[in-house]
Amino acid sequence: MSIISKNKFSKSALGLTALIASLGSDAAMAAEQINIYSYRQPFLMQPIIDQFEADTGIIVNSIYANKGLVEKVKAAKGKDIADLILTVDIGRLIGAVDAGLAAEINSDILTANIPAEFRDPDGKWFGITSRSRVVYASKERVAQNNITYEELADPKWRGKICIRSGQHAYNLALFASMIAHHGEAEAQKWLEGLKANLAHSPKGNDRAQAKSIYNGECDLAIANTYYMGKMQTNEKNPEQKDWAQAIKVIFPNAQGEGLAGRGAHMNLSGVMVVKGAKNKANAVKFIEYLSNDKAQALYAEANFEYPVKVDVEVSELVQSWGALKADKLPLATIAAHRKRASELVDIVKFDD
Amino acid sequence: MWLLPAVFMAFFLIAPILTIFNLAFYPEENIWPHLYNTVLGGYIYDTLILIIGVGSTTLLIGVSTAWLVTMYEFPGRKIASRLLLLPLAMPSYIIAYCYVEIFDYSSIIQTTVRDIGGFELARDYWFFEIRSMGGAIFVLSIVLYPYVYLTSRAAFLQQNTSMLEAARMLGHSAHSTFFKIALPMARPAIFVGLTLALMESLNDVGAVEFFGVNTLTVGIYSTWLGRGNMGGGAQIALILLGFIFLLIVAEKWARRGASYSHTTRRIRPITPEKLQNWPAFWAVIICYLPIILGFVLPVIQLVSDSIEFVDDTDYVAFIGYAQNSLMLSGAAAGLAVGIGLFLSYSERIFNVKLVGWIAKLASVGYAIPGVILGLGIFISLIAFDDVFGTMLEFFGVANASSEMWLSGSIFAIIFAYLVRFLAVSYGAIETGFGKIPTSYDHAAQSLGHNKTSILGKIHLPLIRPALATALILTFIDSMKELPATLILRPFNFDTLATHVYEIASLEIFEEAAISALLIVVIGLIPVHILNHMMKVPTWRDGR
Repeated sequence: MSIISKNKFSKSALGLTALIASLGSDAAMAAEQINIYSYRQPFLMQPIIDQFEADTGIIVNSIYANKGLVEKVKAAKGKDIADLILTVDIGRLIGAVDAGLAAEINSDILTANIPAEFRDPDGKWFGITSRSRVVYASKERVAQNNITYEELADPKWRGKICIRSGQHAYNLALFASMIAHHGEAEAQKWLEGLKANLAHSPKGNDRAQAKSIYNGECDLAIANTYYMGKMQTNEKNPEQKDWAQAIKVIFPNAQGEGLAGRGAHMNLSGVMVVKGAKNKANAVKFIEYLSNDKAQALYAEANFEYPVKVDVEVSELVQSWGALKADKLPLATIAAHRKRASELVDIVKFDD
Repeated sequence: MWLLPAVFMAFFLIAPILTIFNLAFYPEENIWPHLYNTVLGGYIYDTLILIIGVGSTTLLIGVSTAWLVTMYEFPGRKIASRLLLLPLAMPSYIIAYCYVEIFDYSSIIQTTVRDIGGFELARDYWFFEIRSMGGAIFVLSIVLYPYVYLTSRAAFLQQNTSMLEAARMLGHSAHSTFFKIALPMARPAIFVGLTLALMESLNDVGAVEFFGVNTLTVGIYSTWLGRGNMGGGAQIALILLGFIFLLIVAEKWARRGASYSHTTRRIRPITPEKLQNWPAFWAVIICYLPIILGFVLPVIQLVSDSIEFVDDTDYVAFIGYAQNSLMLSGAAAGLAVGIGLFLSYSERIFNVKLVGWIAKLASVGYAIPGVILGLGIFISLIAFDDVFGTMLEFFGVANASSEMWLSGSIFAIIFAYLVRFLAVSYGAIETGFGKIPTSYDHAAQSLGHNKTSILGKIHLPLIRPALATALILTFIDSMKELPATLILRPFNFDTLATHVYEIASLEIFEEAAISALLIVVIGLIPVHILNHMMKVPTWRDGR
């Protein structure tokens, strides 16, 4: 290639990039802003983001996806891609921290608002809300009001349990907690027992499992707490109210001593600041905002989650399901067993 | 003048795929002992069953309907010949949702079954489970058969009627004329459509995951995105590419040694044979059933789901999403056709196998799952940005190397569509070229035309229908694409497809029904144009 054509190339490339820059990232030129990558759904973030923008004047740019965001930040190799990542589970959050993507944050507000068990001691991740993975049981066909996770492998439930894919992050966290409490061999046996009790191979989302109880395919389902609230209050699709009507929420391992009474498995939605973030100060402001009374109350009321800030009330609807006794297993421990949990799911052919 | 850019361009297009290849050499840990001992067999089994199922079903529907509407006259034939393309506008993740609703416990169908049988609970009676392998094969086939229909119809329309008549005169039945003459003649074209349908099912995640079918693609997702083993995921992707490679080899084999261009120009248009009574009845059923199942029923479901939400929809915002969708798909379709034309023409005039093979290799992008291809593209564009940014810094632009010049722009999405759908345009254009006898080239050459003017004066007019098909198919495919768009889009940028995702992110599809319907409706415009193109008499009709 001659020198002339090389110059021509770089000129047209410059023109192209200028054009692209004007198309794609004009937002990046405004003064005060943050760029968010979010696994958390837009419907939930938008009200809080709107409020934040109004209160602070900081502009929030966001990208929502349910897959691949952490991988994308990792692949950007330190380029200016996003300031913070919001996730819906602890596994992905700590996964991103372990990949070296997180910045350390020191904030007195965050230390005051978020209890120590819901944040990283080094300030690399923070929990925003927590939720429990509980048992939905048929009001009609299940008499008992107490249950343990261990009991779900009991042959008396043969053909009666419904669950979504074992590889889903919510299930992996639950299975990881079983590994942490019982060791790998026991956990595998339990998983095999659970698999044997399934009414059909895992499919659909948490809500679909609730529906399966309603229509009589199964008697028990494993699902996150807040879906119950979502179904109970679904005015647009009242059919879901019927599903919820057929169900009672049982918080597993609520009674007894030792492991049997350890409490229900908890997971959290959380956030981390990306290392090298250009708008780090604003990103921290945003996290602080998420931890304040207003935002925490919104999460509690609008999404039926448990706020991490201790003095923010749990919504009445959530309280109506019964008292939560939470498993105190550190979230970092759960995250540490996540990979093995995923392998066990393959080993017992849970999703087949 | 042609060859070097062709090779260069082909390499540019396979860069993302090579990136994924490269990743496979650096897995975070060796996953094979684990996969081999556990789920690998299941992944491969499910993948094989899926493509065999979808392959045979799309062939059956696509070829039989194409033959009927081309060769016979029956009530509603003309309309059927157009409507048969409609399911093209339906994204697989939307049709999967529709069918779950249609056959659901609370659906009219099951409620009726319960009322008649006096049942109450789902466990009281047997009803087929749509969320299964069978269901996945059904929903994928019913939206993918138009690829086969389109290519086989084009082939049947252009077939040599005098050969068919000769066969009939020599005593062959209509039946054996079809199997002995028409089908073998149309084989290369049919195979192009089939390959597209199969690649589309191989990369599908939406429908397949929803139905609990564990294909290799699902395996890539759980290894790469679930377990954070990028290299391991890339390695499974290589097995998937192996499947594609087999398809490509099979396609070459299907065309082996045969030149399917006509040697005579004396071809008259087909006079369809009139069907009456039962044969006419069956022809109507065969041609309208796919339309009802692949379009009418799902649209009714979407409309009934939409009604509740008509008032809450922000229609002004929709215009913006639709503009973005049109702009991206238009740019991608234009580029895909331009590049497809360039590559196939280079292959033709130089008869260089290399270009053909690189183009083929590039077209495996079609079968790579969207998120994975998106990440592959992102990684290669980041590499470009590194070089480009460093260059700019050298010229005094501060911090240029930390900017995401291309990787953060909509160029990344267009590039993704291009890599993804080149197979479609290249396939269509290559088939178009295949029908032009090389004697035309020689004749033009001997009359003093050079390679560029042969293309402009001879080839382009002749392959116009193929170009239009390529343009419209890539456009529709780009409109429907979701996973790569989702991951590659810049901040605050939405298309119709990503908007459906955002509303449906609650895992309740009902609220997304309006947007889904809009994707389908906008998809109808190019389908309509495509119909129009097919109606146009072919170039052979005495022009």
